[in-house]
Amino acid sequence: MGMLEIRNVDKVYRSRGKPPVHAVRALDMEVGKGEIVALLGSSGCGKTSTLRMVAGFESVTSGEIALGARQIHDLPPARRKVAMAFEGYSLYPPLTVRENIAFALKAQQLTHSEVSRRVDAIARLVEIEDTLDKYPRSISGGQQQRVSLARALVRDADLYLLDEPMGQLEPQLRAVLRGRIKGLLAERGMTAIFVTHDQTEASALADRIAVMEDGVLQQFASEKELKSRPANLFVASFIGEPPMNLLETEVTAGDGGFQLSVGSDITFHIPGGTLDQHARRTLEQNKRVRVGIRPQKVAVGTGDVQVRVTSNQWLGDQSHVAGECAGNLLIAVAASRIAARPGDVIPFALEPRHLHIFGADGVCIRHAEVV
Amino acid sequence: MDHSSLAGRIFRGVALALVLVFFMFPIVWIFLMSFQSNEQILRIPPHILFEPTLTNYQALISGQLRTTAGNLEISFMRNLVNSFVLSSAAVIMALLLGVPAAYAFARFKFRLGESIAFTLLSFRFAPPLLVLLPLSLYYQQLGLSDTYFGIVWVYQLIALPLILWIVRGYFEDISPDIEHAYRLAGHTWREAFTRIAVPLAGPGIAAAGLLSFIFCWNNFVFALILASADKQPVTVGALAFVTASGIQYGQIAAAIVLSVTPTLLLALYAQRYLVEGLSLGAVKG
Repeated sequence: MGMLEIRNVDKVYRSRGKPPVHAVRALDMEVGKGEIVALLGSSGCGKTSTLRMVAGFESVTSGEIALGARQIHDLPPARRKVAMAFEGYSLYPPLTVRENIAFALKAQQLTHSEVSRRVDAIARLVEIEDTLDKYPRSISGGQQQRVSLARALVRDADLYLLDEPMGQLEPQLRAVLRGRIKGLLAERGMTAIFVTHDQTEASALADRIAVMEDGVLQQFASEKELKSRPANLFVASFIGEPPMNLLETEVTAGDGGFQLSVGSDITFHIPGGTLDQHARRTLEQNKRVRVGIRPQKVAVGTGDVQVRVTSNQWLGDQSHVAGECAGNLLIAVAASRIAARPGDVIPFALEPRHLHIFGADGVCIRHAEVV
Repeated sequence: MDHSSLAGRIFRGVALALVLVFFMFPIVWIFLMSFQSNEQILRIPPHILFEPTLTNYQALISGQLRTTAGNLEISFMRNLVNSFVLSSAAVIMALLLGVPAAYAFARFKFRLGESIAFTLLSFRFAPPLLVLLPLSLYYQQLGLSDTYFGIVWVYQLIALPLILWIVRGYFEDISPDIEHAYRLAGHTWREAFTRIAVPLAGPGIAAAGLLSFIFCWNNFVFALILASADKQPVTVGALAFVTASGIQYGQIAAAIVLSVTPTLLLALYAQRYLVEGLSLGAVKG
């Protein structure tokens, strides 16, 4: 059994005179003890609603939430044993930074020295020692965000909820803090869920990532699995930088397998043996399917796909070459500098074994081969 | 601002003095009148210089109004106390009812919420005379006529909408997440209201309370109809100065000075809150 279990949770916002908004649909999630989970998605995908339902500021429209062995979806926030860092910081304006952080500890009846020891330790971790005696109003947004983070992390809770915990920080500091916070969470075996729209942050901090879109959990897996085995078109195109190349192909059966072709320019031969029964049936029933290939898997300078280069950037450690072929834009990532200028025609190699194939409903029916 | 130019400074000084004289003149004139006898006041042309007398104040405080037509009993001090009791009680009652209501209107969306809030505000639109006649009939039947409670109750028409709408705005300016954070730290909803929301909206509550106190203090018509002499506030009590032997300008002036003093002192004391209240919007940083 997981530490946090979200079972079949729905959230519908109803307001008078407006159509109801179905923010979260049939959400099922299990988070293990000591696990760090990221809720990743674009704005309005339901990730913050999910977090607030777990914290208790939004009621669940239907479904159950359990933390440890306790059903918590009907408990008031005070009794859920959950700590949260808010996106808008929400510090108590009349209290100093030190008091703000210590505030959450008051209920635990710790000695004075224990409280200040903990506050000092967490302040050092997020680098706000020199603001401890200031008031929230007089410090910067980035500092306030770190105070808010410290106020959540200093507590002893069963679950830590962090809403965009590092959105306001400078990139260098963000990288440093990510490492430290991950270290702290791991060292104390703290279970945490954080909301972000930054893939890098999700990959760096989380053990598993829950990708949400339109209120629906698209896939809940490790970063590696999201990349190598995306559940559907959305996850495939959302995860990965640069995004996956997607092509609309025509299906023809033959040679004990299938031909997937984009006009007469690109043809993939998929041997029947690499497909399971469901995938075979899907290909038999559909005239057109979409396929995807990671830019990292596209080889430049070899192959039989002729591409007209539209841009070629050297990023210092890799090249991103974008080219146009039969009305589709293809991006390739190469490890070395590529000598090609916009307008040049160069060959790309797209190997069938690297293809993800998606059915008409967007669900991935065959994943690329994992080497 | 540029302070270096001498001409500019002189101009500013003169302009300020003009504005000050314009607005302060009636108050200063009344203050001066309150130390003059009726004859001195009615002199033509009026004199700035006069021999000050305390008889007006003596008359008010002793309750003996000496006119050319004889002695008259007035209960000005009693009226003053009444004003104070009625206004304070009305404001306290309105705060007890209005602050939680304002919080509810600011934080929760419920059926007819906006309609109820607007209905409460609409009490301020209708002229009081419109409701006074039926109200006085009801009051007589209910036995509320000529009671302190009855007047305090009817003063809610003045104080409650004011407090509700001003304080609601202040609550709406406070991020609900501040209370959420407090509740997550192991506190109940009620504690979050009393320890976080109310203190943060404190300046706003003080400002709303002060304003409604002044409005209640200045009310005339409710008490005129619903209260008898021993429960009337100063505003109604001032009618006693229109006597058979003429209008007692000196005493009226003294009465005004005495009745304005409490609200003036209160406003001066609460000025700090009013200013703080205006800058509350900066909670989020």
